[in-house]
Amino acid sequence: MSAPDLLHSEIEEELRASVRALLTDRCPPSAVLERCEGPRPYDPALWRALADELGVAGLHVPEEYGGAGASLRESAVVLEELGRRVAPVPFLGSAVLAGVLLLAACPQDALLPQVAGGALTATVAVPLSTAPGAGFPAAVTAGAGATLSGRVTSVADALDAGLLLVPAVGPDGPALYAVEAGAAGLGVVRRTSLDLTRPLADVTLHEVPGRRLAVGEVAERALGQALLTAAGLLASEQLGVAEWCLAATVEYLKERRQFARRLGSFQALKHRLADLWLETVGARAAARYAADTLARGGPDAEVAVALAQAHCAAVAVRAAEECVQLHGGIGMTWEHPAHLYLKRAKADQIALGTPGHHRAALARLVDLPGPVG
Amino acid sequence: MRSPEAAVSDAEPEVRERLRGLLDAYDPAGTAREDFLRARFDAGLAWVHFPPGLGGLGAPRALQALVESELAAAGAPDNDPRRIGIGLGMAAPTILRYGTEEQKQRFLRPLWTGEEVWCQLFSEPGAGSDLAALATRAVRDGDGWRVDGQKVWTSGAHTARWAILIARTDPGVPKHQGITYFVCDMTDPGVEVRPLRQITGEAEFNEVFLTGVRIPDAHRLGGVGEGWQVAQTTLNNERVAIGGQAMPREGGLTGIVAATWRERPELRTHELHQRLLKLWVDAEVTRLAGERLRQQLAVGQPGPEGAAMKLAFARLAQELSGLEVELLGEEGLGYDDWTLRRPELVDFNGREAGYRYLRAKGNSIEGGTSEILRNIIAERVLGLPGEPRTDKDLPWKELPR
Repeated sequence: MSAPDLLHSEIEEELRASVRALLTDRCPPSAVLERCEGPRPYDPALWRALADELGVAGLHVPEEYGGAGASLRESAVVLEELGRRVAPVPFLGSAVLAGVLLLAACPQDALLPQVAGGALTATVAVPLSTAPGAGFPAAVTAGAGATLSGRVTSVADALDAGLLLVPAVGPDGPALYAVEAGAAGLGVVRRTSLDLTRPLADVTLHEVPGRRLAVGEVAERALGQALLTAAGLLASEQLGVAEWCLAATVEYLKERRQFARRLGSFQALKHRLADLWLETVGARAAARYAADTLARGGPDAEVAVALAQAHCAAVAVRAAEECVQLHGGIGMTWEHPAHLYLKRAKADQIALGTPGHHRAALARLVDLPGPVG
Repeated sequence: MRSPEAAVSDAEPEVRERLRGLLDAYDPAGTAREDFLRARFDAGLAWVHFPPGLGGLGAPRALQALVESELAAAGAPDNDPRRIGIGLGMAAPTILRYGTEEQKQRFLRPLWTGEEVWCQLFSEPGAGSDLAALATRAVRDGDGWRVDGQKVWTSGAHTARWAILIARTDPGVPKHQGITYFVCDMTDPGVEVRPLRQITGEAEFNEVFLTGVRIPDAHRLGGVGEGWQVAQTTLNNERVAIGGQAMPREGGLTGIVAATWRERPELRTHELHQRLLKLWVDAEVTRLAGERLRQQLAVGQPGPEGAAMKLAFARLAQELSGLEVELLGEEGLGYDDWTLRRPELVDFNGREAGYRYLRAKGNSIEGGTSEILRNIIAERVLGLPGEPRTDKDLPWKELPR
């Protein structure tokens, strides 16, 4: 096993700069807030630009399948930047969950190039809280003729998605189905979600016509891989959230004066920020390790993902909580963007398995079992 | 600029060639340890990132691991790095950066082979975290200096041949400006070393009394009055030395506690399980962060980021060692031995759980307290303003004491 590469390459830094420049230009905090309060929280123009100009919709998908032929390491860098901006685009659902699922389940299918090229936005119909390693979901059943019925709650990136990839249990066992937006009997209803910038929807299916993409072990493995990858890459988003919160707080404390001193000169506050910085240093290493291990398909992937989630989820929450607290009254307002990050961080803590779930997974993976009986 | 990866692959053939040459000329089985180590130094394989002629090849630091594993596989003796940690980790990088050609030639080879052990005369009873307030005086005396004062927390002073020393050469200027950095001969008759017993029962540290100690001016490192800057190199390297060793997953204390957990199911509780898993995650994340830092440092000097690893390491060592004593239950009530001993080397993970718990308390004090490290991170990494201070611009002799 070669040593993991925990740094960012020059090419990755160039990608970061491009994504950041585009987001700075088209996704200021005020616009994010305004959009999230409106009927269409996603910014389709921004997503188009990211997909068309930078190819982010299929970064990790090989070129032969219509992707950019990069790797999951690059996808992770994009998530760092999207997290830093809490950008309302369906990258996690479409590029990561759906992209990985299609690549693993049916790479030859005509859907993959459409999703990887950004022409079609997709997501996987599972609750965002689904952890990797959970059993195959049984919320949807497939009848004869591939008609799907059931209800899936709290699905991320389903609003505005042109394609739903639905895990369902059918006559031949677990299987994955493609369902087009607007299909008869399909309902996608927005939920009021804690995280304003990643809206959720409840998906109901009444004998909806679907097309079967994979069945049995292939379907199970593909869904497992998609959830594992998404959980691992989510750590990079959490890193971006934490880094923005830390940087914003540091900048504020450098300027804000009370007691005729700049607040940042008080040791009690400096020590809190130093501790937070130290946690982000760990988060960067853990998130990079997860991305690198997933990209290389390394045997340590499950450990790397559980480790990254167990650590990074908590760091993002703490950074956002410190950001609100250390901004004082302004941090509590609707106008200041700190709350968008707090809401994203807290929802991300539940997304794809809580830290507690991932620690329990580690107990099994690294042989540290609990008490007997 | 060439990428670090390319620099490693460029230099690798020469390193391999020299390894072959060294092992052909000096069969480890038939060569005296000291002769082998000297030959290794002369072959540039002591520390490959050092310059040629000084035990290195000017190659990327990353290739050192290759050298170590190839030589270990060939059954070659090592220089017992734990016995000479202060020399390797602190004195050597400082001499390399600030020493004259003559000083480098004189000191580095026996330092690396372990023929000459080094210690560090920095802290004083009145200058701990506020190291720049130090009061040990060095006064011009002919072509050299006369040193008087008291140093403390000096590990290895009783075995050391040389010491790196900082002393006040000008009390009339602000404290950071009046300090000069020296190499002190520990065999000078004016040097008196007394053991200092610590909470573990043993005495790994010493008090060192300096009375009229003579130091030739040729043993000054860096300019007169520039000792504080020179000391920063030592201190940054010290923090890397304490928190920065490469280790495998579950290396160090984590592995010890995990092994007890696996072997002793009767000790497990749900509450300890949750704490253990959290600490395991912290330890592995910290290990990866250290690995990442080393990848960044593959070229260049450690900066204040070294402080981060030392801070994380201290907290982890204390929490893990505390958990271990608690996990042991009734056994945790005992202690192996309180007898005053003077260990030749210090192993944070040695002896028993009780020793490890007590020794770990020093990890957040030695090499910069965790509180000072947080200040360093806040000011030098995050760029937060300093606290208002009254001691920076006053001449040292006017400071209240």
